Amino acid sequence: MSIPADTTPKFAEYAVGDRLVSTEWLAGHLGTPGLVVIESDEDVLLYETGHIPGAIKIDWHTELNDPITRDYLDGAGFADLMARKGIGRDTTVVFYGDKSNWWASYAMWVFRLFGHPDVRLLDGGRALWIAEGRDMTTDRPTISPAAYPVIERDDSTIRAFKDEVLGHLGKPMVDVRSPLEYSGERTHMPDYPEEGALRGGHIPGAQSVPWARAANEDGTFKSRAELEAIYVGEKGLAPDDDVIAYCRIGERSSHTWFVLTYLLGFQQVRNYDGSWTEWGNAVKVPIVKGEEPGSAP
Amino acid sequence: MNALPASLQQIADEFAALEPAQRLELLLEFSNDLPALPERLAKHPELLEPVPECQSPIFLAVEVGDDGRVRLHFSAPPEAPTTRGFAGILHEGLDGLSPAEVLAVPDDLPNRLSLTEQVSPLRLRGMAGMLARIKGQVARSTAAGVPATR
Repeated sequence: MSIPADTTPKFAEYAVGDRLVSTEWLAGHLGTPGLVVIESDEDVLLYETGHIPGAIKIDWHTELNDPITRDYLDGAGFADLMARKGIGRDTTVVFYGDKSNWWASYAMWVFRLFGHPDVRLLDGGRALWIAEGRDMTTDRPTISPAAYPVIERDDSTIRAFKDEVLGHLGKPMVDVRSPLEYSGERTHMPDYPEEGALRGGHIPGAQSVPWARAANEDGTFKSRAELEAIYVGEKGLAPDDDVIAYCRIGERSSHTWFVLTYLLGFQQVRNYDGSWTEWGNAVKVPIVKGEEPGSAP
Repeated sequence: MNALPASLQQIADEFAALEPAQRLELLLEFSNDLPALPERLAKHPELLEPVPECQSPIFLAVEVGDDGRVRLHFSAPPEAPTTRGFAGILHEGLDGLSPAEVLAVPDDLPNRLSLTEQVSPLRLRGMAGMLARIKGQVARSTAAGVPATR
């Protein structure tokens, strides 16, 4: 990596110690050549109300998704986006965002589909930066277009599709949605529009670990020991397991993908981005209701 | 397609006339221009109805005044500018209309603002939720014959 990692002791404990940066580190590195800071939010207008000085915006909905097919950009589209954002293949990219970095993790995961090498996440995200009283601005940075190679997207390593999930039944899966979404109760609440799913419940065998369990109150990640107590101790997952994580559309499960892959060093974690908006609408796929994982039919 | 009230149609026309990227800027203006709650409501948050359809916390209160006009009040945090923007549109477009006019607003209003490319579907459903709750409060207070907040 061209820009040295943040050597905060907490990060050194994680399986991959250089994927997180602290607010302190970022504040000290703003403006470093070869570093691009990206804000990715759930709220499409939040960046405009104020952002970290020099940070650019990437919107998951308008920029990372294909506008027609339910899919992501292709290699040429990603190369074009990177070029317009002033990102080269060797650029160090630090992501941060709202909602404890859901969308920042999601953007990072999409970058990894294209194998972008140096991606890091701001521990604590946007909320911690603001809580610490650090500088924000509404000035948009001037971007110098960069050259970015066309790299074909690799959907085989960290992404799972519905048929692969069907073939994975009986193997480790993590449902990172809220307990009511997991049990399927949510769809029974009167007057509430469904989150785009016809059926409620979870994929048979999936363990419930709401994404937020990996985060502290201030949005930073829990320590490695605390995370291991949850995913390994309590849920029985092992670092060499083949794990699929999912949520509603793949954003919260990107957060868990980050935790399992980089903080705990799991070797094979895939994010099922179709998630419940696909599974809960698919015909004849098995579903389990209630609080127990259940088993594959 | 049912017509929008003139006030909302004017807003819809403004959005439609802009380039897609500028539409977000206009939405941000609505967000910034959303009036604060009057003090009597700010002191009594229990009078406000939550809108769980929105991904961000927003609360609203609807009153029908002695003049027979609908008055809207919203509370949404600055960290939720898109939700505030939708509230701002509803405030500017609906405040001061008669109950019958509010009840006649088409439910597909969120899809008529030329924002479907920029704003995710779940967000637009949140705005539909706000509209449904506004209509519900208007219907209840006019049926009861008393100008009540809930």
